[in-house]
Amino acid sequence: MAVKSYSAGVKEYRETYWMPEYTPKDTDILACFKVTPQPGVPREEVAAAVAAESSTGTWTTVWTDLLTDLDYYKGRAYAIEDVPGDDTCFYAFVAYPIDLFEEGSVVNVLTSLVGNVFGFKALRALRLEDIRFPVAYVMTCNGPPQGIQVERDILNKYGRPMLGCTIKPKLGLSAKNYGRACYEGLRGGLDFTKDDENVNSQPFMRWRHRFDFVMEAIHKAEAETGERKGHYLNVTAPTADEMMRRAEYAKEIGAPIIMHDYLTGGFSANTQLAQWCRDNGMLLHIHRAMHAVLDRNPHHGIHFRVLTKILRLSGGDHLHSGTVVGKLEGDREATLGWIDIMRDSYIKEDRSRGIFFDQDWGSMPGVIPVASGGIHVWHMPALVSIFGDDSVLQFGGGTLGHPWGNAAGAAANRVAVEACVEARNQGRELEKEGKDILTAAAAHSPELKIAMETWKEIKFEFDTVDKLDVKHK
Amino acid sequence: MSTMQDYKSSLSDPSSRKFETFSYLPALTPEQIRKQIEYIVSKGWNPGVEHTEPENAFGNYWYMWKLPMFGETDVDTILAEVEACHKAHPNNHVRLLGFDNFAQSAGASMVIYRGKTV
Repeated sequence: MAVKSYSAGVKEYRETYWMPEYTPKDTDILACFKVTPQPGVPREEVAAAVAAESSTGTWTTVWTDLLTDLDYYKGRAYAIEDVPGDDTCFYAFVAYPIDLFEEGSVVNVLTSLVGNVFGFKALRALRLEDIRFPVAYVMTCNGPPQGIQVERDILNKYGRPMLGCTIKPKLGLSAKNYGRACYEGLRGGLDFTKDDENVNSQPFMRWRHRFDFVMEAIHKAEAETGERKGHYLNVTAPTADEMMRRAEYAKEIGAPIIMHDYLTGGFSANTQLAQWCRDNGMLLHIHRAMHAVLDRNPHHGIHFRVLTKILRLSGGDHLHSGTVVGKLEGDREATLGWIDIMRDSYIKEDRSRGIFFDQDWGSMPGVIPVASGGIHVWHMPALVSIFGDDSVLQFGGGTLGHPWGNAAGAAANRVAVEACVEARNQGRELEKEGKDILTAAAAHSPELKIAMETWKEIKFEFDTVDKLDVKHK
Repeated sequence: MSTMQDYKSSLSDPSSRKFETFSYLPALTPEQIRKQIEYIVSKGWNPGVEHTEPENAFGNYWYMWKLPMFGETDVDTILAEVEACHKAHPNNHVRLLGFDNFAQSAGASMVIYRGKTV
């Protein structure tokens, strides 16, 4: 066996961490970074530096390196690719041995992969585009508490997307008035109402009152319609202990589903809550507030498809996915890519959807994508076409803004979604025939007719800031 | 803008009771029912028929009408079972399901004959 000797000094990363001949193992965690180097720094050197700084390396050689087998533990930069249409940056692919990460800890994975390396001076910018989690690692994670099929069985919703509504105004309602808004939406035909992400336990509405009034709303709407209902009770709290107290109370009063802000609340808290939900038969809705801080800049940060994989591993039954058609950012092909990442058990590499690796989820349950933000009945045909049945379509303003109130707004959306599903099952093309389908349905629903008159002109036609990398040279 | 309408729904009005997918649309016409059966068949799902007294509709388990029709692809045969169930239980809700054995879930579920709600 070759013996290494100790020689102090600043590292040439390339000598150790650039391994173009390396074939990744099935058990390696693979990462694709979009690297924007400082001018004049060779690509191989930068890629190797990224591999080093996100795994075993530091800036200088230390004698304790020689007490272990660093050649086994190190991250390996094994490939470099051009970014289509952008010469300022390139893709670097890095393989990490599975031993580098604690089992079941997305916290640990991210602390390495998007840790100190993102402040590294040789880089102008760095973006984590995708991670391949080996199934060996996937199976150490808890994952979604219940999964899509269990949720359908619990709530008795089959053969159509589910309908939700975020209660507005986001902040300032008293608990009793808030429960009223929920009740009206649910009795009109929604499956869910929802706390907004920043509804926690403010002075104007403490969490316990909200939970109590909302449960009365659910019970009455269920008795009235004969259908099962839920409300995402947001248990996000200043401490994990307090979060758990709120979750326990939600279970005590019979709520079927609770909610967490997984980015602002933190991954440790989220994983803990998801495991508790699994143990206690509760569904878990996840909001992604803060994601755009991380994922919107095309050159720096973490792509949403990575945040999606992290959530599926950490645990959640619903995750906001963007709408493609509403008020918030989201390129269509890229969105279709991360919707597959949420729901499917095996996703093939597909650069046209921004997917860099095959991903095998083993037996891990799927996450239901939630389309929410600036959508209304006129978007329904496109939403049903894009998202399919395993989704929650969430109309906030598009329910509550109905001129006759929440119940009428809810009924309009319910008629619209059922009409679209009925037409789709007949083989009709929703995005072409949407107007005819909705108009015919409105003949039997004055609520839908008024909704269509109210929102006819609203469109969102700003271009996406974060587009997929495709040739435009 | 037309004048505001009240949303008619209450505990005391049985017509407020719904039964999930397609219950916010008018009852499907025979032609629409055929198309939905064709959809279930085209998906490779196994058709099944279930029924219940309207007062027990909220539960998970309705009465199975015979066994699910595993592998059945003939629309008329499937339709005949839906009708036979309705004839035998004229006051009950009768629903048609498409069982997706890969997802272990119903890919489709719709009430074809609506009983008198309570």
